[in-house]
Amino acid sequence: MSDITASTPTLHGGSPARSAPITAVGPIAWVRANLFSGWLSTAVTLVLGYLIVRAVMGFVDWAFVNAIWSVPVNGNGVAQTQACRELHGTGACWAVVTEKHRFMLFGTYPFEQHWRPALVCLLFVALYIVSSMRSFWNWRLIPIWAGTLTAIGILMWGGVLGLPYVPQERWGGLPITLILATFGLAFAFPLSILVALGRRSNLPAIKALCVLYVELIRGVPLISLLFMASVMFPLFLPEGMNIDKLLRAQIAIILFAGAYLAEVVRAGLQSLPKGQYEAADAMGLSYWQKTGLIILPQALRTVIPPLVNTFIGFFKDTSLVLIIGIFDLLTAGKTAIVEPSWQGFGVEVYVFVGLIYLVFCFAMSKYSQGLEAELNRHRRR
Amino acid sequence: MGRSSVKQPVRPTVLRSLAAALLAMAVSLPATAQQQPAAPASVTLDAIRARGTLICGVNTGLAGFAQPDSQGVWRGFDVDYCRAVAIALFNDPDKVRFVPTTAQNRFTALQSGEVDILSRNTTWTLSRDTSLGFDFAGITFYDGQGFMVKASLGVRSARELDGATICVQPGTTTEQNLTDWARAARIRFQPVVIERLEEVVNAYLSGRCDAFTTDVSGLAATRAVQPRPAEHVILPDVISKEPLGPLVRHGDQRFSDLVRWIHFGLLTAEEFGLTSQTIGQAAGDARPDVQRLIGRSGDLGRMLGVDNAFMVNVVTRLGNYGQIFERNLTPIGIQRGPNALWTTPGGLQYAPPFR
Repeated sequence: MSDITASTPTLHGGSPARSAPITAVGPIAWVRANLFSGWLSTAVTLVLGYLIVRAVMGFVDWAFVNAIWSVPVNGNGVAQTQACRELHGTGACWAVVTEKHRFMLFGTYPFEQHWRPALVCLLFVALYIVSSMRSFWNWRLIPIWAGTLTAIGILMWGGVLGLPYVPQERWGGLPITLILATFGLAFAFPLSILVALGRRSNLPAIKALCVLYVELIRGVPLISLLFMASVMFPLFLPEGMNIDKLLRAQIAIILFAGAYLAEVVRAGLQSLPKGQYEAADAMGLSYWQKTGLIILPQALRTVIPPLVNTFIGFFKDTSLVLIIGIFDLLTAGKTAIVEPSWQGFGVEVYVFVGLIYLVFCFAMSKYSQGLEAELNRHRRR
Repeated sequence: MGRSSVKQPVRPTVLRSLAAALLAMAVSLPATAQQQPAAPASVTLDAIRARGTLICGVNTGLAGFAQPDSQGVWRGFDVDYCRAVAIALFNDPDKVRFVPTTAQNRFTALQSGEVDILSRNTTWTLSRDTSLGFDFAGITFYDGQGFMVKASLGVRSARELDGATICVQPGTTTEQNLTDWARAARIRFQPVVIERLEEVVNAYLSGRCDAFTTDVSGLAATRAVQPRPAEHVILPDVISKEPLGPLVRHGDQRFSDLVRWIHFGLLTAEEFGLTSQTIGQAAGDARPDVQRLIGRSGDLGRMLGVDNAFMVNVVTRLGNYGQIFERNLTPIGIQRGPNALWTTPGGLQYAPPFR
């Protein structure tokens, strides 16, 4: 009814169906009721409106109108950034992103092989999309994940199928962030379910072990775990034996995420009424049948929002690996502006890197909203 | 005496068997010794050779010293020292794997064997040399903490900074050096402590502090990228000694010898005027020192366990010390200063003779 636009009736002067006056329905009415209902509200609206318009115009001026998109590079590979510096902050120097985007995205990966990490990023995104489709939520997901992760490993390392070998310390940028986040959460989630179940177990040894694990890991910051993995752990190993730096960081992240997720899952387990457990027991289901068929589906459903919250948090926490010298997306961005000619253009780089993080986190958040609505449809009143 | 004479009969047999063993070794030794005059018994060198690449710990990003360029290729002064070692060993500057290390994990990386050599603007101090268990192979860069002020202030010496606000980064020794120096010089100052380099520089530029202090190399790099560098003055006072150089693990003298003499070789090449362009034609040079450096006389390379012409390979690909300095540090505004050769006044870079 109200989706006839306010101006339609005036255009068709004598049309048969007349809508309500524009002061009563439609956007104008909404504006009158919500923004200009009294002198105070009008004043606030005008002041805020002015500030918002100023800010937006300032941003547009900075980001687009006055921006410089590329600068010449001299023979020695040194960029001539005088043009950018003469802006004195009135315009963005996107030239730094134009010049350095491949380094920020792929780090020190051999330049002519950049198609490989690029393909890896696409594979990751495809993997996320496939995994998010409910029609794939069955055994087929296991070979899909195994196959994709193998392909990713082959692409990153190479050494087979005519791809030159690329050692791990040359990996960098977005693939590192995606690897740490994906493997971290993919391993931490099953671990967290086991720990959460273990913490509610009647077996005292298992329960004590799980409580100890969760409390120990939650009691220290992720940074100190990464330090342990990077600085202390190698000293405990026998001479000449080295576990890959990335793998050590990855394990630290898995253990850390596992402890936090376990508490989220435990919250879900505790939210179930006792009757569910008793009903399952009454039907003669074994422990694993009960857990797999009755308890977990309901428990996990209720904790989707905090789960996704933790996922998003960990996606961003992977950037902490910068303290142990792994070039993830953020570190690569920071390193890009070390070069003297590009020093001082941090804002542009951070906007670029922030946008990439935003895309992934926003997609996760949107998807979880949809998932939550769909799975909890039966509860809607 | 009497007791020892009782035991006497036992000794000769032990001695005899020992002598026999020594004789056997002496017979077998010359054969191997002729192939390698000073066969290096070095765990690190053997591991590097078996691996086929050198693993070098570098800074995660420091202008001029170590930083990946837009294509992800590592460049810089410290990086070139890694490449020099790789050239000496394999005659290939790309047989190096660079492991970025932070200020926190650099020493563990070397101790645990994750890297073979740490070439990462690390100051040579007594405790690092001894209790951390490292060998510093030499001083490739003499640095020190200094001050930068705006030229308009008219300050000529750091002693005139009494009552000034000084921008400094926390955590490193920089802050402590500043406090120590101020106490010794009886100067009161107001510190403005900011973590990130970019922000601390902005604070100085916007006038929040009168002076900015960090290592002179860092000051020069900051000054060089300002729109009008002449507006800033780096004061002549240097309040700390920061001798930087590559370091290796203790107890592997063969490897530290090699790294040390590559550095000396680069200095010697500059001293004799041999550049990447001219060292190829140095065979006709009559100076005996040059002949030894390029491996045409003497057996110096083999004493280090590498090819006799190792310095020719290094200098041809990377240039001598001066050329490495010019390529990496001159563009960011760092003067030779104390890093000039000893033959120039004020220069400290001095290499022992190649003989």
